Amino acid sequence: MTPTAAAPRQATLRVTARETVADGVVALTLADPAGARLPDWTPGSHVDLVLPTGLTRQYSLCGDRWDASTYRVAVLREPIGRGGSAWVHDELAVGDLVGVGGPRNQFRLVPAPRYLFIAGGIGITPLLPMIDAVRRLGADWRLVYGGRTRDSMAFLDELAVHGDRVTVLPQDEHGHLPLAELFAGVDADTRVYCCGPAPLLDAVAGLDLPPRVLRTERFAAQEQGAPARDTPFTVVLDRTGVEVVVTPDVSVLEAVRSVGVDVLSSCREGTCGTCETTVLAGEPDHRDSVLDEAERAAGDCLFVCVSRSRGDRLVLDL
Amino acid sequence: MPALDLDPFDPEVLRDPLPAHAALRDAGPLVRLPRYDTYAIARYADVRAALSDWQSFESSAGVGLTNFRTETPWRPPSLLLEADPPAHDAPRTVLARILGPRALRRLREDWAADAVALVDDLLGGRSEVEVDAVPTLAAAFPLRVFPDAVGLRADGREHLLPYGDHAFNAFGPTDNPLVLAGNEHMAEHAGWVGQQCLRENLAPAGFGADIWAAADRGDLTHAQAPLVVRSLLTAGVDTTVHGIGAVLHALAATPGAWDLLRARPELVRVAFDEAVRWESPVQAFFRTTVRDVPVADAVVPAGAKVLVFFAAANRDPRHWADPDAFDLTRDPSGHVGFGMGIHQCVGQHVARLEAESLLTALLARVTRLELTGEPVRHLNNTLRAWDSLPLRLTV
Ligand code: FES
Repeated sequence: MTPTAAAPRQATLRVTARETVADGVVALTLADPAGARLPDWTPGSHVDLVLPTGLTRQYSLCGDRWDASTYRVAVLREPIGRGGSAWVHDELAVGDLVGVGGPRNQFRLVPAPRYLFIAGGIGITPLLPMIDAVRRLGADWRLVYGGRTRDSMAFLDELAVHGDRVTVLPQDEHGHLPLAELFAGVDADTRVYCCGPAPLLDAVAGLDLPPRVLRTERFAAQEQGAPARDTPFTVVLDRTGVEVVVTPDVSVLEAVRSVGVDVLSSCREGTCGTCETTVLAGEPDHRDSVLDEAERAAGDCLFVCVSRSRGDRLVLDL
Repeated sequence: MPALDLDPFDPEVLRDPLPAHAALRDAGPLVRLPRYDTYAIARYADVRAALSDWQSFESSAGVGLTNFRTETPWRPPSLLLEADPPAHDAPRTVLARILGPRALRRLREDWAADAVALVDDLLGGRSEVEVDAVPTLAAAFPLRVFPDAVGLRADGREHLLPYGDHAFNAFGPTDNPLVLAGNEHMAEHAGWVGQQCLRENLAPAGFGADIWAAADRGDLTHAQAPLVVRSLLTAGVDTTVHGIGAVLHALAATPGAWDLLRARPELVRVAFDEAVRWESPVQAFFRTTVRDVPVADAVVPAGAKVLVFFAAANRDPRHWADPDAFDLTRDPSGHVGFGMGIHQCVGQHVARLEAESLLTALLARVTRLELTGEPVRHLNNTLRAWDSLPLRLTV
């Protein structure tokens, strides 16, 4: 057999650093255990962390994309969450391995001459790489950052270098963000990127803005269906009836190849789309960067280089 | 660091680049090319690593020999090929969606029918025909389906191939005979292409209209839209024509290949990607180092042009078993014929669908595919191509 292009990407990263960056906020640095380059991403992207409960939680990438060997995410401890953030805070330690899907981007930065960024609390995370990007592009920008208290607001020192482009308005000092005032000068050439808690997004959505100005990030509710799994599952190749067990340490692509069926692939990191395979039955666990939410929900295709199965069996048109 | 007195743009090298590629690979992971004061990377592992590392090897200084930091490009730089993040992000995202495999599904049936019609016309009820497969198949099919898919008007399409050919020549030295010859009619071709990128000249449905719709949604600026359309017209025609030429040549010249493909038509996609590996229609692009960049034990100094050889990587025996064989039983996955990383060919799924449509139509009718004479190379500073490919098709 032809030598393979690269080792299959195990979508498992190691926590190489963790740091408390504000009250109740921990920043994690993730890297490939073998030090390999991680898949590229764009500002606004998030990754899925696959938690031991099987649930996946989405966290925005807030690091430097010019550093290809690490991802950075920041996690707020959510007292009323379903335990995902508590697990990250209480259990996940430096040196641990964690399953990672994506990165995917549902909150893309679009080109514009002017930007207004509005962050509420942990909503600052996707905006950090956006600010870096628009700075490099030479666009005009402003950030208004609100939070409960100054101590609860992450990355203030990182933002301090931008001087008066950044306005920090902790609620205990200034009350709620003065949205009407902030939006007073916004014209059709400005793009407003807003990320934060639901009440903030609702308030912004209620303002009367020119069309296409506003882009917000509201993480979709947790997907329904069986949780992601870290146990073996069976892939059935429909055209021949051959079945192959996919163990946690191999990709579906590798498993399928091992029974003599080649699927064209290229990037092997879920970004190029070459290995798309039709799913005839079963429930995909999408880990690619290609599909959007609606396409993921349709469950009719699988990028076999990275994606997996939620259930015991996945029937592929191969 | 080894140096080779080699001119990658010499007509003899363009006619048969394989010995030069082997010499480059054998000389080392990083080779100096004093003739143009540049460097070359030709081994698979190093090529793939360099293509992936956009942070170190930038594209916005131009992917040809011309350094946009110090010289003026012959046309405004491409927003895709000649751009880096973050400027590259939005155009890439927009085009990746429009040309993605899921978006192309609606074209599949039409293209299959178009291919059948083209093959039927060519065979014309005869049991055997002799053709030059370059104009009649390799060029005819993309020119039949792609401009329509973009939404171009019917007249003037003859500008597309010479425009693309010149654009790919222009990645070489600007005083090279191929570039000088192309310059003569370029104003005309470029003028027509520029006009077609405007919204009013594009059909209301198609890739072109989709790009303008993205600008209306605010995913691009309206100033960017015509340049993104231009990328389709520059990079979407010649490359596919030569890719299809490559697979037809490979299938005709390789004993047993056509029979095997007829027996196992599900291998059509493999056949095309294997041909892209074997022939590498796009041979090489330059990158420019943003700092001193280590390659194996050597270092490319900051600001240097580095010629990254897709073609040499695709036949590197360090990576591929029996690399010079066109082998339908091989898995060509991981070839760098479409590039790799954020600049990987955004139209690759379109090219694959075109090739698959045409090959499938041929396989349904043609039992034998044979060369009837010496194929003739078309020389281009970047592309590997055929000018003429005499074939006999037996029904
Ligand atoms: S090989 Fe690129 S998405 Fe799977």
